[in-house]
Amino acid sequence: MNTTYWSWERFFDALPFVLDGLWMTIFLTIACFLFALVFGFVWTFLRRIPNKSFNWIVTWIMEFIRTTPPLVQLFFIYYAWPVIPVVGMTLSPVQSAILGLGIHYSTYISEIYRSGIESVEKGQWEAASALNFSVWDKWKKIILPQAIPPTVPMLGNYFIILFKEVPLVSTISVAEILLKANTYGARTYAYLEPLTVVGIIFLLLSYPSALLVQRLEMKMNTRFDKNAVVKSS
Amino acid sequence: MTEPIVQYRDVCKSFGDVEVLKGINLTIDPAEKVAVIGPSGSGKTTIIRMLMTLEEPTSGDIIVDGVNLWKMEKNGKMVRANEKHLRQIRGDIGMVFQHFNLFPHMTILENCMVAPIHVKKENKEEVRERAIEMLERVGLEDHIDKYPSQLSGGQKQRVAMARAVVMRPKIMLFDEVTSALDPELVGEVLEVIRDLAQHEDMAMVLVTHEMDFALDIADRVLFLDNGVIAEEGTATEVIEHSQNERLQSFLSRFRA
Repeated sequence: MNTTYWSWERFFDALPFVLDGLWMTIFLTIACFLFALVFGFVWTFLRRIPNKSFNWIVTWIMEFIRTTPPLVQLFFIYYAWPVIPVVGMTLSPVQSAILGLGIHYSTYISEIYRSGIESVEKGQWEAASALNFSVWDKWKKIILPQAIPPTVPMLGNYFIILFKEVPLVSTISVAEILLKANTYGARTYAYLEPLTVVGIIFLLLSYPSALLVQRLEMKMNTRFDKNAVVKSS
Repeated sequence: MTEPIVQYRDVCKSFGDVEVLKGINLTIDPAEKVAVIGPSGSGKTTIIRMLMTLEEPTSGDIIVDGVNLWKMEKNGKMVRANEKHLRQIRGDIGMVFQHFNLFPHMTILENCMVAPIHVKKENKEEVRERAIEMLERVGLEDHIDKYPSQLSGGQKQRVAMARAVVMRPKIMLFDEVTSALDPELVGEVLEVIRDLAQHEDMAMVLVTHEMDFALDIADRVLFLDNGVIAEEGTATEVIEHSQNERLQSFLSRFRA
């Protein structure tokens, strides 16, 4: 009978079915994040090219990506892009998901990199120049090792946010946990238990991650407080 | 007659509408120790920052060891130097900054080793030996594995000098290196400069407010005022025989 709202039997029946999609969720979170980490650098460096009109174009593209919903972008990449002549391309659901969420988040990550780079004092650039570092070594040895560590907690936050956004890709038929739960629901006409499973999975993974990021943040803060005290002397 | 290591030819520099340097002509011989004094805002620091390629002159030429620093030849014409050209010359020049600018993510020893290894591609063990030797010379042999944040200002500045000297520049620039230090730490930094001035055959240009010290170690003193070299000569000439009123009033402030 379907008159009872909640059935533990159904819950434990749905659990393995939904869990089966967890690997896809985790895989996509990591793949999109890596994509965003790398592509974030591309944006950051494109924006540093000292050409006004080029700069304006890059900033405008980033703004466009940031201000349109990721769902629309996913739909566009998956459904609309293939029909565009010449540049059009058909991508698999998973490829579309990585590209869509990856690019969307890369614009935020780029902003984080930028704040990190801007926090490096001007004197560090000058000292690196005075020691005749090449442009490449200057970034690799001097600037980025100082710019990136303080941004790690912020990057961690975006990792968690991205994790929670992955269910969006169920709409382009990637078999992650939300799609699995929906499939289960469509088959049994019972949505409460499978969706509860989804909620619990997110809670169990997000909450400890958030605590971890918080601890990381505290650690970074004390590390930079110590430096800040000396810097001001 | 030795070839000069650095020549400024009618060098001007403006920041926006503000004309900081109005035609600097200056020749520095190899191993010569030059002190640049003058009121703040007179352009002292700008002179050496242009030589370190941190600031581009608005007009004029700076010749280093016979090569034009900020201009290069391209298709028979002199054009603005690119990074590659600057890098070829910059290796001969070292600089110590007012705010030390040590690399905070590296130990003291690493600070002194990173450039010779990655810029000059020197042998790591050799560089290590030389760096430790240099750190001993500035009295920091017990601190080589510490990070800059664990040192006092005077110690940091001594590391900064070791870091610059390990690169073996032909010209060393000192940009008000004691101005950011507590008064009781100034002495230890000046001692290192004195040691370098006496034992190294590189040219040195000191922009400084430590008047007595500058006059003591410098072969030549430049008094900069209003963007021009208003007076130049040996310490005795400048201090005792100059008729320049601005210089006299400037010096009198240090004799109070």
